[in-house]
Amino acid sequence: MAGINLKELTNRQSPLTEGHRMCPGCGAPTAVRQGLMAVEDPVVIVGATGCFEVSTTVYPYSAWRVPYMHIAFENAGAGVSGVAAAHKVLSRKGAVKDNIKFAAVGGDGGTYDIGLQSLSGALERGHDFTYICYNNQGYMNTGAQRSSATPANASATTSPAGSVIPGKLERAKDLTEIVAAHDIPYVAQTTLHDPMDVIRKVKRAVETPGPAFVNILVPCPLFWKIDPANQVKVCKLAADSRFWPIYEVIDGRHVLSYDPKDPVPLKDFLMVQGRYSHLFKKGKERTDLIEQGQADVDREWEKLLKKCSGWTG
Amino acid sequence: MSKPKCWQDVPPGTIAWGASARDVETGLWRSMRPILDRNKCISCLKCWLQCPDASIETDGEGKVNGINMFFCKGCGVCDKVCPVGAISMHPEADFSSECRKRGEDPGRVADHVR
Repeated sequence: MAGINLKELTNRQSPLTEGHRMCPGCGAPTAVRQGLMAVEDPVVIVGATGCFEVSTTVYPYSAWRVPYMHIAFENAGAGVSGVAAAHKVLSRKGAVKDNIKFAAVGGDGGTYDIGLQSLSGALERGHDFTYICYNNQGYMNTGAQRSSATPANASATTSPAGSVIPGKLERAKDLTEIVAAHDIPYVAQTTLHDPMDVIRKVKRAVETPGPAFVNILVPCPLFWKIDPANQVKVCKLAADSRFWPIYEVIDGRHVLSYDPKDPVPLKDFLMVQGRYSHLFKKGKERTDLIEQGQADVDREWEKLLKKCSGWTG
Repeated sequence: MSKPKCWQDVPPGTIAWGASARDVETGLWRSMRPILDRNKCISCLKCWLQCPDASIETDGEGKVNGINMFFCKGCGVCDKVCPVGAISMHPEADFSSECRKRGEDPGRVADHVR
């Protein structure tokens, strides 16, 4: 890929250090590390409450080489807009000369649910910041509760699969499209299937003037009940099954960044995860729910292709 | 601000020192140890890109130099992404007698980069 030389990147210090206390095989530090890898300007990070915040700033240690502000669940968007606005004023007065970038990092709980109104406000006001959502599809820090990002039929502790319900009954909401509806300069959706895609998208988001948003699907080995080593394989299945389309919205234009050459059925993505194991119980297979899920995926994919048609990257 | 020596030195409400988590030996969590075969390694950097704990060491010229056992939590992502099979996972218990012979505590790793 033009402009990014991996060998040179190995000599650069990552804003996120080793020694953070995220679980082995967690996707969130991978996503943030890859994303901030190629960002050249100094960054300030605002972290919403969540796994990533509590595990990178365990008192009295910090796993950040850059200024980091911890903020509550609901106001990462408000916090980062305040910092960005302060920088704008200080630059105008000549007190700060550096070109500093601002990024907020939040999980899906802090972004899809609790922090949505402050994020929406910050996007509408048009501050120059990037919001990185590491989306593991539930509240992992508190013990795998369902969030509005949890997909249908996934068994979470507050929507457990059993004799009454087959896991979560509702579909996940499409936050990337909700954010895109704010008509901001850059919105992207990706997962850990291809590191260059994450690096490129976060770099572009940070370098875009004005608000930008990147939604990165990351596996939580404890909730998804997968072998931590299979992080990349599961993300690849999410992209190849079209469960998690990889696309970006540049100035309101939808551009598909990854069109799986050999799409796999949704079943392949569900089967590798323990949170869907109740759908595959011998003799009690819920083929109706799997077919319903596949129909949802196909419908969403068609909708996305329609939005992408007519535009080229 | 100088680096705090004990918790009483840390001002309330803040963490005084950036990157201080590098003092935390997360390698103690590990139950499976990745072993790098340098002869097979082609330095494609796939493991370096994918390691959640930034434990793949490089030599400054973009070549993989080893795995930092001080931080490696043993998740095994590097083993799975390696296209040439240069990394293999071994139970940590296999190394305990070897460590004892060298007079080390088996739970700790003295020479961090192997």
